[in-house]
Amino acid sequence: MPLSDDWQPAATLEVLKLRARLLESIRAFFSGRGVLEVETPILSTAAITDPMLASLATRYAGPLFPHGQTFYLHTSPEFPMKRLLAAGSGSIYQICKVFRDGECGRLHNPEFTMLEWYRVGFDHHRLMDEVAELVTALLAPTLKLDTPERLSYREAFRRHAGLDPHTASSADFAAIARERRIGVPKDLTSQNDLATWRDLLLTHAVEPELGQGRLTFIYDYPASQASLARIQSGEPPLAARFELYLNGIELANGFHELADADEQRARFERQLHARAAAGQAVVPLDERLLAALSEGLPDCAGVALGFDRLVMLAAGARSIAEVMAFPVDRA
Amino acid sequence: MATYSTNEFKAGLKVMLDGDPAAIVENEFVKPGKGQAFNRVRIRNLKNGRTIERTFKSGETLEAADVADVEMQYLYSDDQFWHFMNPESYEQMAADKNAVGDNAKWLKEQDVCIITLWNGVPLAVEPPNTVTLKIVETDPGLKGDTSGGGGKPATLETGAVVRVPLFVQNGETIKVNTRTGEYISRA
Repeated sequence: MPLSDDWQPAATLEVLKLRARLLESIRAFFSGRGVLEVETPILSTAAITDPMLASLATRYAGPLFPHGQTFYLHTSPEFPMKRLLAAGSGSIYQICKVFRDGECGRLHNPEFTMLEWYRVGFDHHRLMDEVAELVTALLAPTLKLDTPERLSYREAFRRHAGLDPHTASSADFAAIARERRIGVPKDLTSQNDLATWRDLLLTHAVEPELGQGRLTFIYDYPASQASLARIQSGEPPLAARFELYLNGIELANGFHELADADEQRARFERQLHARAAAGQAVVPLDERLLAALSEGLPDCAGVALGFDRLVMLAAGARSIAEVMAFPVDRA
Repeated sequence: MATYSTNEFKAGLKVMLDGDPAAIVENEFVKPGKGQAFNRVRIRNLKNGRTIERTFKSGETLEAADVADVEMQYLYSDDQFWHFMNPESYEQMAADKNAVGDNAKWLKEQDVCIITLWNGVPLAVEPPNTVTLKIVETDPGLKGDTSGGGGKPATLETGAVVRVPLFVQNGETIKVNTRTGEYISRA
């Protein structure tokens, strides 16, 4: 085998020091606000059911599980953190590694660092205020940002893709894709797959325009993309979910958290059906989370922020690998 | 036929796209945190040289194109074909006008070119980056000019016309960059 130099870190020492400083600042921010730092397991016997997320899995055999047990590596610490909230923890935060199968690219690494926090008594709009305060403070030494803006999902599509994402038909999406010379996956034109059409225009037309020199929050997502957010009644009903963008990069995703155990179980089951239909792994759903929700989740909002992407923005890096000591290609 | 999934996409991969062989130029993985993953690809049609953008849902597949680059020595041309030979196997092969295209003007006997074969048939011919060719026609330059500022057109033995410095004369051989069509130096 030829000698290689990929034992060396991908990030410069300067960037690694910036990472450490940002972690310190995050801990100081939450400690000043009385938000408790917690740690929850990376391994779980249950997995996320969302068909758009794939879990990595490993196997433990030994005391307690003499015949071996599959454990899934978490894609976010959301479920155990909600169990802590239901147990009366009050507002909490966590900084941890999370894992996603199949995701690798300029903005993706299969393992990455997530900052996730929950605020009891907040709704998603109040949490957006806090996200803006934290991110502005963290980036202030390196990036001068304009006042943050908030756009509804509908407004963002109207402004940057020229259509209403809640009422547009496949033909409307296709017409915009043609006009913008966006290469369309071949089976999409024949299928009435509105969710994929929205994601195509979101990634190709809308996202690149978001957060230019300022934080842009997108909120009020289609109910079909609610994930673990509450759904607000209305026409159409919309998910109490938000995302944060800066310089075209998706940085955070938050919810006014769904607290209804029955509704949560119904969503998990729908997602498992969708996974089965698409030939994806049908994973065990998290009964302990559902039990905690039945016991009562306090009214809260939560958000997950991609820490590596935040470092990228602070360092002016073009790819996530530039801010990681050892990205997956040298792991 | 072999296929490639989006997970195997990378620059240089040869695939079939809309019935034509094509080479991936650039591949970017894009995915909203809670949404559909796509591969956004810039891809060059190897028949017409045009680069377009395409998007695939991650997990889609494309058929592999039986495309290979081989080094072959240029022998001669008749009116229809340009003939090449593999210097190791002595196997000969003829490339037509579509394959040779504008590069015909850089082809000099004995030069080793890269021939792109599709299903064993020449699809494109790439001359060496630098070729050494004789000037067959150029105006006499002004006496005393050594800087080369300004320059003048010169017709080369293969028919190519390049701008050369004024001091370069008829019958001299020069080095030319075939990618830019620019004079480099006297040979």
